[in-house]
Amino acid sequence: MFRNVAELVELAEAKECKISDIMIEQEMEFTGRTREEILSQMDRNLKVMEEAVERGITEDVKSHSGLTGGDAILLQNYLKSGKSLSGEFMLDAVSKAIATNEVNAAMGTICATPTAGSAGVVPGTLFALKDKLNPTREQMVAFLFASGAFGFVVANNASISGAAGGCQAEVGSATGMAAAAIVELAGGTPSQSAEAMAIALKNMLGLVCDPVAGLVEVPCVKRNAMGASNAIVAADMALAGIKSRIPCDEVIDAMYRIGQSMPTALKETAQGGLAATPTARELEAKIFGIALDKK
Amino acid sequence: MKFKSVFDIIGPVMIGPSSSHTAGAARIGRVARDLFGRKPDYAHISFYGSFAKTYRGHGTDVAIVGGILDFDTFDTRIVDALSLAKEQGVEIKITEEDALTEHPNTAKIILGDENDKIELVGISIGGGKIEIVELNGFELKLSGNHPALLIVHNDRYGAIAGVANILAKHQINIGHMRVSRKEKGQEALMIIEVDQNIDPVLIEEIESLPIVQQVVKINE
Repeated sequence: MFRNVAELVELAEAKECKISDIMIEQEMEFTGRTREEILSQMDRNLKVMEEAVERGITEDVKSHSGLTGGDAILLQNYLKSGKSLSGEFMLDAVSKAIATNEVNAAMGTICATPTAGSAGVVPGTLFALKDKLNPTREQMVAFLFASGAFGFVVANNASISGAAGGCQAEVGSATGMAAAAIVELAGGTPSQSAEAMAIALKNMLGLVCDPVAGLVEVPCVKRNAMGASNAIVAADMALAGIKSRIPCDEVIDAMYRIGQSMPTALKETAQGGLAATPTARELEAKIFGIALDKK
Repeated sequence: MKFKSVFDIIGPVMIGPSSSHTAGAARIGRVARDLFGRKPDYAHISFYGSFAKTYRGHGTDVAIVGGILDFDTFDTRIVDALSLAKEQGVEIKITEEDALTEHPNTAKIILGDENDKIELVGISIGGGKIEIVELNGFELKLSGNHPALLIVHNDRYGAIAGVANILAKHQINIGHMRVSRKEKGQEALMIIEVDQNIDPVLIEEIESLPIVQQVVKINE
C-alpha cells in the first residue's frame, strides 16, 4: 500500500513495474475484486471519455447559460489551417480538454478525473497522445490508472475539491496527474513521473476557484486547456531529466496548506476573483434573471 | 484514508457539470431515498455554504432531487428531475441557509409521507464522494459506497454482541462500525458498513432481537 508519492515510486522501483501496475494491485487488494473486473470498469470509463471528446470536437455543444461551447471546434478548425504556433500535438490536446469540459458544462455525460470541473485535462492529453504515440487500448487504460495513483495521493493527503482547496486542488491535481501519466506512457521512469507531477502542480499553486455565476464554465473550461498544455510541458521537462527541487509530496502538502489559508470567497462560492468582476455580475444577473441591485 | 478506490479519482461517470455539486448531490439524495425506502410525498432540502451560493449554476437542486427519485449519477433523467418530481407527486421545497457548517458543501434533506419521516445531513467532499454525517439527530459517518446496516436499538448491554454474532454466523465481514446515542439508556443507532451484500434472512434475524427496534439496509 502507498500513502504518498515517495512510497508509490519506491514500490514501483522495488517491483520493477509501472506506477499503473501498483495502482491496479492496490485496487485488487482494497476491494477484493479481480484484475479483469477492475480493468473492464476502467475501460468503460475510458469509453465515456472518448465519447465526450468526440462529441465536443464534432458537435456544436452549447451550455444552458450560453457561456461556453464551440471553442473545441474552433481550435480543431484552426489546427487544420496549419498555422498554429504552439504545435499540432499541443493544440490537439488543448482542444480535446476543452471538448470534454464543454460537454460537461452542457450537462452531458463525462467521467470525473478527478472532478467534473477538471475532467478535461487527463482525457485531453490522452487522446492527443493516442494519435501521436499509437498506444494500445491496454496502455490507454494504464494511463488512467497511473494518473489515478497520483490523484489518489492528492485526494488523501490534500484535497481534490475546489470548495475545500481552490482550483489548484481540481485543475492543479488533474494537471499533475496527467503529467505523471504522460511520462509513463512515453516510456519514462516512475521517479520521472513524480518529477513531472511536482513540476506541473507547482505551476498551479495558488489557483483560486472563482466560477462566474457559480457555473462550471468560466474560467473552468479554459483552465482545463491550460492544464493540458502545462501537463505536456511538465512531462517533457521531466523526460529531459529536469528535477523539481521541492519533492512531489512536499508540493502536494504546500497545495493543501495554501488551500486552507485561501479565503472562502475564492473557494467555489462565486463571491470573489473573476466571479466578482462587473462583467461576471452582469452575466450572472442575466442568466438567473435577477436584478443587479438585488445582488 | 478518505479515498479508498482509484475509481473515486477516475470516476464517477456522471452528468455534468460538477462532481461535488452535481454527482455528489445526486448521491446524497439517493442515500436519503434508500434510507426512506420508498418514494416520499415531500422532500425539503436545505443548502449550506457553497451549495447555497451556487446550487442553481451547478444543477445541485436538480441532481439532489434526481437522487431522491432514485437516479444514479449518470442517469440522463437527472436533467429533468424537477419536472419529473412534480409528475410523480413529490413536493419539493428548497431553502438556502446562511448558517456556517463544518464542510462547505452541506445539504440537509427531510423526506416524508403520512407514515414516516427522516432527516439527514450529507456532505460532498470532492470528486463525487460523499458522507452522511447526521441521521434523525444521530451523528454518524456513512460513505454510501458499501452495503451498510443501520440498526436502531435500545441503548443496553448486549446489543452490539447480539448483532455481531448474527453477522459472524453469516460470515459477513464488518468494514466500519459506529454506535451513537442521543442519551444514555435511550434510543441508539448502530451503523455497520460491510464488504458483501446483505441477505434479507439476516435482516429478519437481527430484527427479531428483542433489543432491536428497526433495521434498514443500504446497498451500493
